[in-house]
Amino acid sequence: MPKNEVIEGLELDQYKYDFRSEDKPVFRTEPGLSEEVVRAISSHKDEPEWMLEFRLKALDIYRRRPMPTWGADLSDLEAVLDQIYYYVRPQDRMGKSWDDIPPNIKETFERLGIPEAEQKILAGVGAQYESEMVYHSLKKEWDDKGVIFDSIEDGLKNHPELFREHFSTVVPPNDNKFAALNSAVWSGGSFVYIPKGVELETPLQAYFRVNQERMGQFERTLIIVEEGARAHYIEGCTAPIYTTESFHSGVIEIVIRPGARFRYTTIQNWSNNMYNLVTQRALVHENATMEWLDGNLGSKVTMKYPSCYLVGERAHGSILSIAYAGNGQHQDTGGKVVHAAPRTTSSIISKSISKGTGRSSYRGLCKVYEGSENARSNVECDALLINETSRTDTYPYIEIEEKKANVGHEATVSKVGDEQLFYLKSRGMSEEEAMALIVRGFIEPIAKELPLEYAVELNRLIELEMEGSVG
Amino acid sequence: MKRRIILDKDIPILKITNLHARVADSDVAILKGLDLEVGNGEIHAVMGPNGSGKSTLAKVLMGHPGYEVTEGRVTFKGDDVLDLEPDERALAGMFLAFQYPVDIPGVSIANFLRTALQARLEDGDLDLFEFQDLLLDRMKLLDMDPSFAERPVNDGFSGGEKKRNEILQMAVLRPTLAIMDETDSGLDIDALRIVSQGVNTLLEETPEMSVLLITHYQRLLNYIEPDRVHVMVDGRIVRSGGPEVALQLEEEGYADWADWADADKDAEVPA
Repeated sequence: MPKNEVIEGLELDQYKYDFRSEDKPVFRTEPGLSEEVVRAISSHKDEPEWMLEFRLKALDIYRRRPMPTWGADLSDLEAVLDQIYYYVRPQDRMGKSWDDIPPNIKETFERLGIPEAEQKILAGVGAQYESEMVYHSLKKEWDDKGVIFDSIEDGLKNHPELFREHFSTVVPPNDNKFAALNSAVWSGGSFVYIPKGVELETPLQAYFRVNQERMGQFERTLIIVEEGARAHYIEGCTAPIYTTESFHSGVIEIVIRPGARFRYTTIQNWSNNMYNLVTQRALVHENATMEWLDGNLGSKVTMKYPSCYLVGERAHGSILSIAYAGNGQHQDTGGKVVHAAPRTTSSIISKSISKGTGRSSYRGLCKVYEGSENARSNVECDALLINETSRTDTYPYIEIEEKKANVGHEATVSKVGDEQLFYLKSRGMSEEEAMALIVRGFIEPIAKELPLEYAVELNRLIELEMEGSVG
Repeated sequence: MKRRIILDKDIPILKITNLHARVADSDVAILKGLDLEVGNGEIHAVMGPNGSGKSTLAKVLMGHPGYEVTEGRVTFKGDDVLDLEPDERALAGMFLAFQYPVDIPGVSIANFLRTALQARLEDGDLDLFEFQDLLLDRMKLLDMDPSFAERPVNDGFSGGEKKRNEILQMAVLRPTLAIMDETDSGLDIDALRIVSQGVNTLLEETPEMSVLLITHYQRLLNYIEPDRVHVMVDGRIVRSGGPEVALQLEEEGYADWADWADADKDAEVPA
C-alpha cells in the first residue's frame, strides 16, 4: 500500500525540537560545580548577602547527601554533573518585548510558537534560555489588578519581603539532594503573585529552552495565590538532541491561601539526552484546591512527583500524571499527597505508556497524619505496554496514621492486544494508525483536561511515536 | 426482499478454493479443504455446529494473525488476498462484523469511524463536515440516536449495542463484501429484529453488496433471506443448496450432517 510505504520511509527520530542556535553567551562559568561557581552566580545576580549564604549552605547539604538509589538508575549522573555548565548567561538583560531579544534567541522561541500563543491564549509569558529568563511579559489588564508575573530574580529584587517570607518554605534545601543542588545554583524561573480574589481567565506560561550542549538548567519558581484567587500556570520545556547528557533540576514552590484554586500544567518534552529531576510542591490551605497536570514525554530519565501538602481543613489536591517512555527512556513519575488536616481530599490519576525498551514507573505516596479525620484519597494508576520489551512498575507508598480516613488504590496494566489491533486493522487502519488510536483513547481522560493547543500537540506526538512501534 | 443485480457473472466477489488453515504455531488444523464461491450481490449463509470452524473461516478471510493458511487460495474480485494485511483487505472492500466486537476505551465511535475513513484516503484530510453529514445520515438510516456515536467504542455496551455498532460501521464504510460472524449470537429476539432490520435496510440501499452470513441458528435467516445456504462440518462445506437447506437443518439438527462428514472423510482415506 502506498500509505504504508510513506510511513515506513519516514525517519523514526521524530523529535521536532531538535534545532539549535549558534550563539555566544555573554558569560558562563567553567564546567563543573564549585564554591566559586556558586559565588559567581550570586554576584552576577547582584544578590543580597542572605541569598549567597543560603546558596553556600545548600551547596554543603548537596555535597553531603548521597545520590539517591531508590528510583531511576543515576549511576552515570555523577560524571555528567562534573562536566556540565551550571550557569550560562545568554544576554545582558531581560526583555519586556520580543524586539528586545537577540535575534537568534527570538527566532528559537518563534519556532516554538511562543509569541503566537502569547497573543492568542495567554495572560502572560516568561521565556527562559539557558540559565536566564530572557523575556517576561504580562498583559496590562492583569498588571492593573496587581498580578505579579516576573522572573524569580526580579521577584527577589522588587518584592524582597514577600519573596523572603515564602522562599524555600515549601521545599527547603534539605528536602532532597537535588532540591539542595537547585538551592545552591538556582537561576531563572518565575515569581508569581495572584492577589486576593483575582481570577485569571487565561493561563500564564513559562517556557524553558536549553540550547547549548552539556547544559545544566536550574530554574526556581515561587508562586503565591492569595485567598479566593484563581489561576493556571503552564510550563513547557524542550532542547536540541546532543550525544552528551544535559541536566535539568527545577524547584517549584506554591502557596495556596484559603479558598484559592490553582492549576499547574507541565508539558515536559526534553530531548532524550536530558536528566530531569524536579521537585514540585504545593502547600494547600483550607478550602483551597491545587491541581497538578503533569505530562512527561521527553528526557532520558525523569524523576518527578508533584506533591500537595493539604494543611488546611477541606483542602483538596489533585494530580493527573501522564508519562510516555520510548526507547531508552525511563519515566519515574507519580505524585504525593500528604493529608495534615481534617476532611482533606485528594486524588491521583496516573497513566503511563511504555514503548520499545522504554520503562515507566509509577511512584506515589499517600500519607494521612493522625488528626486528619475523614480524609479521603483515591489513587488510580494505569499502565499501557506497547511491545514485549517495554516495562512498567508500580511503587505505591501508603502511610495512614488516622483511623477515620478513607484511602483507595487501584492499578492496572494492559498490553495493546492482538484482538484490538486486528479489530482496528479490519476497519482499514494501518498498524501505526491503530496503535495511535488505542493510545489516544488510553490517555483521553487526561488529554481532555489539557488546553486545546496542547491536546492537539499531544495527539500529534503520539501519532509520530507510534509510527515506529510495529514489530 | 427482492434485490438481484449481478454485476459481473464471470468473476465471483469471493472465491475460496481448497482452503486449509490451522491455529498459528500449532498442529491444530481447523479448515480442511474448504470450497465456497459468492457471486456479486448474493447473500450466502454458512451454517454449522459448534467447533465446525465457521468463526475461524470468518477470521481467516479477514487475515487474523492467530491463524495460518497452509494450503489453498482465496480471491476477492479475482485478486488473491491471502498475502494481504487485514487493513489492506479492508481497503479493498472486505468487512468483518465481529462475533465479539472489541472495546476501545476512550475512543468515540465517531472518532473511530473518522480514522477508518481517513485511512481510505490516499492523501489529504477527510472533510469533517462531510463526515459529520455522512455519519448522521447513516445513523438516521439505521434509526439510531446521534448520541450513540459519542460513546466509546463497545466500552460497556450491551450485546445488542455491540452488534448495532458493527452494522453502523458497515453502513459508513460500505464494503463490497460483508462477512457477518454470528451476528445473531447473544441477542434476544427484539435485538435480533433491530439488528436484522439494519442489515436489510443496508442491503436494499446497496444491492451490489455481497454478504457471507455465518450462523449457528436458522433464526437469523428468518430475517435475512439467503440466496444460498452451505453446511459446514469439520472444516469443510458438506452440502450447499437454497434456503430450504436451512429449514431442513432446523428440523433435523446437525447430527446427521456430522455423520455424513465422517463418512465423507472415511471415503477420502487413501486406499
